[in-house]
Amino acid sequence: MIKLGIFDIFKKGLEKTKNGFLGKALSILKGGNLDSEKIEEIRELLLLSDVGISTSDYIIERVKESKEKDAIEALKKVLLELLGPDESITFANEGLTIYTLVGVNGSGKTTTAGKLAFRFKKTGKRVVLGAGDTFRAAAIDQLKEWGKRVGVPVISHQWGADAGAVVYDTVTHAISEGLDVALIDTAGRLHTKDNLMRELEKIHKIIKKLKPDQPQEVLLVLDSTIGQNAIQQAKIFGQSTGVTGIVLTKFDGTAKGGMIFSIKRELNIPVKLIGIGEGLEDLKDFKATEFVDELLE
Amino acid sequence: MFESLQSKLSEAFKILRGKGKITEKNIQDAVKQVKMSLLEADVNYKVVKELTDRISQRAIGEKVIQNISPDQQFIKIVNDELLKLFGETASLDLHSRPAVILIVGLQGSGKTTSAAKLALWLKKKNGRNPLLVADDVHRPAAIDQLEALGKSVDIPVFYGDRKDPYKIARESLDFAVKKGCDVVIVDTAGRLQIDEEMMKEAEEIAKVVKPDEVLMVLDSMAGQDVVNAAVEFDKRLSVTGFIITKLDGDARGGIALSTKYVTGKPIKFSSTGEKLDQFDLFYPDRIVSRILGMGDIVSLVEKVQQGLDKKKMEEMEKRLKKAQFTFDDFLDQIHQIKKMGSLSSILEMIPGAQNVKDLKIDDEQVKHVEAIINSMTKKERSNPEIINFSRKERIAKGSGRPLSEVNKLMKNYEDMKKMLKKFNKIDKLGKFPFQMK
Ligand SMILES: Nc1nc2c(ncn2[C@@H]2O[C@H](COP(=O)(O)OP(=O)(O)O)[C@@H](O)[C@H]2O)c(=O)[nH]1
Ligand SMILES: Nc1nc2c(ncn2[C@@H]2O[C@H](COP(=O)(O)OP(=O)(O)O)[C@@H](O)[C@H]2O)c(=O)[nH]1
Ligand SMILES: [Mg+2]
Ligand SMILES: [Mg+2]
Repeated sequence: MIKLGIFDIFKKGLEKTKNGFLGKALSILKGGNLDSEKIEEIRELLLLSDVGISTSDYIIERVKESKEKDAIEALKKVLLELLGPDESITFANEGLTIYTLVGVNGSGKTTTAGKLAFRFKKTGKRVVLGAGDTFRAAAIDQLKEWGKRVGVPVISHQWGADAGAVVYDTVTHAISEGLDVALIDTAGRLHTKDNLMRELEKIHKIIKKLKPDQPQEVLLVLDSTIGQNAIQQAKIFGQSTGVTGIVLTKFDGTAKGGMIFSIKRELNIPVKLIGIGEGLEDLKDFKATEFVDELLE
Repeated sequence: MFESLQSKLSEAFKILRGKGKITEKNIQDAVKQVKMSLLEADVNYKVVKELTDRISQRAIGEKVIQNISPDQQFIKIVNDELLKLFGETASLDLHSRPAVILIVGLQGSGKTTSAAKLALWLKKKNGRNPLLVADDVHRPAAIDQLEALGKSVDIPVFYGDRKDPYKIARESLDFAVKKGCDVVIVDTAGRLQIDEEMMKEAEEIAKVVKPDEVLMVLDSMAGQDVVNAAVEFDKRLSVTGFIITKLDGDARGGIALSTKYVTGKPIKFSSTGEKLDQFDLFYPDRIVSRILGMGDIVSLVEKVQQGLDKKKMEEMEKRLKKAQFTFDDFLDQIHQIKKMGSLSSILEMIPGAQNVKDLKIDDEQVKHVEAIINSMTKKERSNPEIINFSRKERIAKGSGRPLSEVNKLMKNYEDMKKMLKKFNKIDKLGKFPFQMK
C-alpha cells in the first residue's frame, strides 16, 4: 500500500484524464489502415485468452503500427516480440543446483517437482526432493509417492513441522552427499497472506545461507486456467522471493495462458517450463513459437 | 483526497445536470466502465458483451431518479440485475437416505478440501452424520489427504481397496448404511473436460452412486476458459450447483458470474481458506460487489445528497471553471467530505478510484492541511497571493506545522491552479475535465 499525499493523488487523477484525451486522438489517427472488424476480432481473441485489457490494448496498438500486411502475421510478430527469446532453466556453475517451487494453492508445484526430478535423473544427475509443504494434509505423502516413482530420495519431516527445518535438512543433505540437484517443494499460499509470504522468504534465506549462490531458480508455478490475478501473484511472489521463471501447468487443457504476456511485459519474468499432463514426462521447455501458434489456432 | 474531491465534484455536477431518461448516449461511459470492470474480474468476454447489451437495452428509456445521474443509475441497475441473476442463496436438496453428494472439478480447484469442509458444515449446521468417500485413485496420496482431513474433524472416511473407483463408490453406500451415515460425500479425481476417458469415469461413478447433488468446484482465480469446463461438466454430469474456492485471495471471482449466466445452475457454497471451517453458503450480494468492483454507488449518491449543498456546488463549479479556487473553497470541500465519513471509505466507494487500489488517502495529512488553512486569516484564504514569508511563518506557528509544510501547501495550490487553467481550456472544446474515469 503506497501512501500518497493528497496532492499527489489529485495530480495523478489529472494526469490520467490528460492521457485519456491524448491517447484517444492518436489512436484515431493511426487506425486508418487496419480494418476495424479485424481489430475487434483480435481483441476478442486476446481477451478470451486471458491477455487482459491493458496488454491487449498494447498489442493492438503495436499491430496497427506494424508494416506486416496480414493482420494475423502482424499479431504473431508482436506476440513473439513480447515474449522475447526462449529461456531454459539454468544450472549452477559448479556444485549443487537448487530449485524452489512456489505459488498459490493447487497450481501444480508438487507435481512439477516430481516431473523435474524425473527429467534430471534421466540425464544422470543425482537428485533429492525436499518436502517443504508441511502444511497441506498428505502433501508429504504426495511428494514421497513421486520420489518413489522417480527413484529419488525425499527429505521430509512431520505434517505441521517447520518448513524451514525441512529445507535446511534437504540442502545440508545434498551438500554432504555431493548431489547435483535439490528440488524444494513448498506449501501453496495466496500472495495476499503476509505471514505465509514471510515464511517463504525465510526458506529462501536459509538456502542462501547454506549455499550463497543458490537457489539457482525460483520457479513460480501458475495454472494455465488462471485469469488476471496471475499478474498480482507474479508481482508479489517476485518481490518476496525473486522469481526467475514461470512454470505454466495444465496446458494440456483448453485454457490459453494469455496472462503470461502481461507478466513478461510488466515484470519481465519469462516462462521456462510448461506442464502438459499428470505423468512423469509431461513437462516441456517453453517454446514461444509453439505457444503463440496454439493461441492463434 | 483531491482525486476524491475531484470525483466528488464531478458526481455532484452530474447530479445537478442529471435529468430525464436513460438513453444509449447518456450511459455510454458507464456501459464501458462496467464492461472493463467485469473483464478485469475475469468474467468471460462473451458473457460480458451479452450481459451488458441486455441490461442496457432494458435500461434505456427508464426514467432517471431525481438527483442521480444516468451513469450512476445504470450502474445501480447492473448491480440489481446481477443480484437477480444470482438469485436467492441456494441450499442442498438431500432427500435420499443416505443422500449422496458428488464432488467434481478440474485439477487443483479444491475438491478434496471442499468435500471435507462440506462434511463438517453439514455435521455442524444441519446435524447430519456424513461419510466422506475418497474416490480419487489417480492423484498420488489423494486418499491419504482426505483421510487426514476427515480424521482432523472426526468424520469417517471410506476408501475401500484404494484402486477401483467404481467399487469404492458402490461399497461406500453399503458402508454408510451400516455406519448409520445419512449423507455421503464422494471426492473424485480432478479432470479436464476434454479428457474423454476421465469424463467417462465420472459418469460411471455417478451412475453407481446416483447423486442427489453434483457439485462442481471452481477456483475463484479462474480465467476466461473455465466456464467452458463448467458447461461440459454440466452437460455430462448434470451439475446441481457450484462451490467457489480460494475467495480469501484477491481474485475478483468473475467465474461465478460467467458460470451462473451460462449454465443457469446456482453457486451454492463459497470457500475462504485452507482451514476446514472456512466455508459457508454463497451470498450473492457479496460476490456481486466484488465482481462489479464499483463500490456501492447508490449509497455514495445518498451520502452525497446528504452532504452536499446544491447551491454551494453550483458556485463551486463556476469558480473552478474560472480557476478561482481559493483556500476557502478548499476548506469547504474538506468539511463537505468529512461530513460524509472518512475519506478513505469514500474513495473506496467511487468507481474509478478502485482502479487505483494501491492508493490510500492519508487522513493524517488531511488534518495537517486543515490546521494550516485554519491558521490563515480570512483575507489570506480568499487571496492566497498575499501570503508572504512572514505570513507563512505566522501560519506555521499557529498551526503547529513546520514551515516546509506550509510552503508545500502553497506550492501545490499554485500547481493546482495552473492545472485547472489548462483543463478549463480543454473544457472550452466542449468537455468538462472532471469525468468519471
Ligand atoms: N492436467 C494436468 N494436471 C496437472 C498438471 N500439473 C499438475 N496437475 C494436477 O493438478 C493438481 C494439483 O497439483 P499439485 O502438484 O498437487 O499442486 P500444488 O498444490 O501446487 O502442489 C493435481 O491433481 C495434479 O495432478 C498438468 O500439467 N496437467
Ligand atoms: N487459500 C485457500 N486454499 C484453498 C481453498 N480451498 C482449497 N485450498 C487449497 O488448494 C489446494 C488444492 O486443494 P485440493 O482440495 O487438494 O484440490 P483438488 O485437487 O481439487 O482436490 C490445497 O493446497 C488446499 O489447501 C480456499 O478456499 N482457500
Ligand atoms: Mg503441493
Ligand atoms: Mg483432490
